[in-house]
Order: sequence, then structure tokens, then C-alpha cells
Amino acid sequence: MQSKGLVIGLGLLGLAAAGASWSLLGSENGPQVVEARMEPVSYQLPEEIIPAELADAGAEVVVNNCTACHSLEYVTTQPRGMGDKFWTDEVTKMVKVYGAPVEPADAEAIAKLLAERFG
Amino acid sequence: MNGIDRRLFVAGAGAALIGAAAKSGGGSITLPFANGERPLVQLPGKRAMILLTSRPPQLETPFSVFNDGLLTPNDAFFVRYHLSGLPTEIDPRSFRLAIGGHVEKPLQLTLDSLRRDFPVSEIVAVNQCSGNSRGFVTPRVAGGQLGNGAMGNARWQGVALKHLLDKAGIRPGAAQVTFNGLDNPPADGIADFVKALDIDHARDGEVMVAFAMNGEELPFLNGYPLRLVVPGHFGTYWVKHLHEINVVDAEFDGYWMKTAYRIPDNDCRCVEPGSKPDKTRPIARFNVRSFITSHADGARIDATRTTELRGIAFSGGDAIKRVMVSPDNGRSWQEARLGEDLGRYSFRDWRLGITLAKGRHPMRVRAETQSGEVQPMEPLWQPAGYMRNVTETVVLEAV
Repeated sequence: MQSKGLVIGLGLLGLAAAGASWSLLGSENGPQVVEARMEPVSYQLPEEIIPAELADAGAEVVVNNCTACHSLEYVTTQPRGMGDKFWTDEVTKMVKVYGAPVEPADAEAIAKLLAERFG
Repeated sequence: MNGIDRRLFVAGAGAALIGAAAKSGGGSITLPFANGERPLVQLPGKRAMILLTSRPPQLETPFSVFNDGLLTPNDAFFVRYHLSGLPTEIDPRSFRLAIGGHVEKPLQLTLDSLRRDFPVSEIVAVNQCSGNSRGFVTPRVAGGQLGNGAMGNARWQGVALKHLLDKAGIRPGAAQVTFNGLDNPPADGIADFVKALDIDHARDGEVMVAFAMNGEELPFLNGYPLRLVVPGHFGTYWVKHLHEINVVDAEFDGYWMKTAYRIPDNDCRCVEPGSKPDKTRPIARFNVRSFITSHADGARIDATRTTELRGIAFSGGDAIKRVMVSPDNGRSWQEARLGEDLGRYSFRDWRLGITLAKGRHPMRVRAETQSGEVQPMEPLWQPAGYMRNVTETVVLEAV
């Protein structure tokens, strides 16, 4: 079987490796070495959802910009009621510190919208 | 079955596994702080875990797992990434670990060579996210809003970094060693996740390039095929999918060392809530922590009988000396019985039988290390919400 490009559920691989035993631990030869499997291992990102709080047309500027780099739980799990400055600081950090490719006008709109919705 | 059929079949099975999990993952959990509702999802190689973010994937261990045993199962071990440019496929046959920079002889090691040509060792060690418990920090701070489940204890197997550096031959004047993984920034201009250790730390014989945990190869989401293990130190140094080790002759000034993961450079590693530190330094060792694992906050117990409390304690490598439990919010203390010792970097379990009169009882648990480090009774505060280690409280209701 040509396994290049093979997508393998990692759960299945976990089962395959479960035969490793620790009964030889402490022997004079040291620990039993866990062998390397030789099949390529793949990872598929889970499906992402757009949270209801950001799913309307008005929040497009957030969805379009922020999801370029990360899923939107990064936004919606933040504490609420932190004030305008919290959101301005966060957006500024993304752009200035991390180098997120966001236009200045969009950055301003994102901070304003998040402050309005999440306080 | 020809190759194409086989590929589709396996791909379909993998997709089904993920898809099914996403749908039937098991509802949600509400972490005990504001805006703490999280879905429970099952990602590849993992059981249903608390989802913090999908891309990059970040998962928190359901806290009840810590009462099941001293070693955290691989499929329940927390997951933390910084950058969403994850590798989609890793081929162990072509994978190489590169060791270069300020060395005599750069190396390119296969996974087989690592196992065959160097002494393989094991160490039991806790890995804990710097921001574990950030959701409890008051006043709240930005960042991953985690409960207490961004920690885990495993038996790591691999090769001490010292052996690899010795083989490559460190040249005079080496200052630090940097570590890079296969995960990449999602866009140009965003700093790659690279961490550094001082040369003496890197050569201490404990820092390990690990290929297995708890008797199996690393799960993909915990860094397959190699990750750095830095016993006693926060998870930010435990670089996953490790493929480049570089010896440098000056202090490394990449973003993830120079700007991120900094703590107040003072004795308490804290500042007045809401303020900023004058001086910072890179985060390093864990501070001491302990938890009650047998009972959740608000649990009911029988007032007519002795109840056995169980829990865990750990530190940055200064062994746990004792664990004290208070049944009355810190007014009086009883010493718990310590369990099996798996080494000074491991969780240490503790037990204590306790009888409580009818009513509500704020139980506190506080660990102390051999050299006298104790958990504070009141939380200390950092702007980034790192290193929370307040003496925990679990309210029991005796009925």
C-alpha cells in the first residue's frame, strides 16, 4: 500500500500502539523503548463554527479578518464587560505585536464592534 | 482492495470519527467563572475534552480525570498551541531532528537513530500551561480563559538533550539553545514559535527530547513525533513537533522569549492588580500547587461518617514536603498522608479522612515544599494571568 498522503484517524493509531507494555521497566537494560511507527500521521482540523454572537452581517469585519489566523472562540471566550479599552488593546496587540494583516480602518471597526457586543 | 480504495476508506473512517465526535461530543460544561461555558468535543487521539479553541486546537482536561490516577492518560492530556499553521501530515520516515548552530558537527537525526544511538531514559513530570486557571484571575485578564485543567502528569520517554548536544559538540561561547517545532505562523510577519533555554539548563541531563509518553508514541496533538520536556518548567518551553535545535552564542531575542511569557521580576512575581511590572523576566519554574480531586466544589457528603478526601500536589522540582487541609477556611489545619512518590517533578497524591458536622465547610488545601515554599492564602496577580497558585477552596456540604 502506498501510504503517502494517507489520512489516518489518530484514535485508530492510538489503538495500534496500545500493545506497549511497561512490565520490563526497571530491568538492567533500562526502559523498554517505545518503537516508532513508520506510517505518516495526519491531522485534520475540526470543523469550525461561527458563533451565533458573530454570525450576522454586521460582524463580517470580525469574521473576515480574525479567522485569517484563528477560530472565533478566541474572541467569544474572553471575559465580558471589560470596557472599550480592553478590546482596543486586544486588536492593537494582534496587529502591532503579532503582525496580523488587518487594515487600520478594519481594526478600528473590529474593536468598536467587539466593545459594543461584549462590553 | 487497491491503494486508492484503501486511502478513501481510511480517510472516510477518519473523517467519520471526527465528524461524529463534533456532533455527539457530549454537550457542554460550564467552568466556574463568568462566560465559562465550553463545548465538550472529541478530536483525533483524544477523548471528549473541554474545547477552548478549534484553530489552533486547544483542549482542557476535564478535572475529574485527575482523580483517576497519578498519570494523566494520553487521550485526556491537555492541548495548547499558539499558531494555527499546524503540520497536516508528518512522515516519520523522512522526519529529521536537526541540531546545529554554534556546534562542531551539525546533526540530522532520524527517529530510529534517536532511539538506537543514544541512551533512552524516562522521567515522570508535570506539564502545566503558564496560563492554567487564568479564568479565575480577578480582575480578569485577556488570554486563554482556562479552568484548572491545563496541566497533566506523564511518564516521558526519550533522550536527554545533553547527549544530543554532546554528540554535536558545543563550541566555546555558547549561551543558549533554541527550539523550533513544525507548527508555523498563519501569515508572513508573525513570529514563529521558538523558545530558548540557557546552555547550562539545556545540558542538565534532565531536559529531554521525548518521543513517547505513558508507553505510547506522543499523540499528534501533544507534539508527535518529538517534543521537548523541561521538568519543573511551564509548558511554554515544551516545544511540540520539535525539529530544530540551534545552539546560539548570544541571548535569543525572539518574540516568544523577549516579549511574551514574561513575569514580574520580583520575589512574589506579582504586581498590584491592574498595574504593570517595572521589570520582567522569562517565566520559568512552576510554583507549588495542590488540589482536592475527590470532591467538586459544592459536593455533598455524609455528616455521620468519615469521608476520605484525595488530591494531588506538585511543584517546580523542590519535592513536596507536606500537604495540609483545612476544614474551616484556614483557621485549623490537618496534615494529609502523602502517597506514592514518582519523583520530584510528578504529581504527588494525598489522602485525608475527615468528619464534618452538618453544614457548609470551605475546605482549603495547601502544599509545602522541602525548602519551605507554600501556596499563598490570597491569590497573587500578574497582568498575563500566569502562575496562579492560590490555596484552593472546595466547599463541602455535610448532610
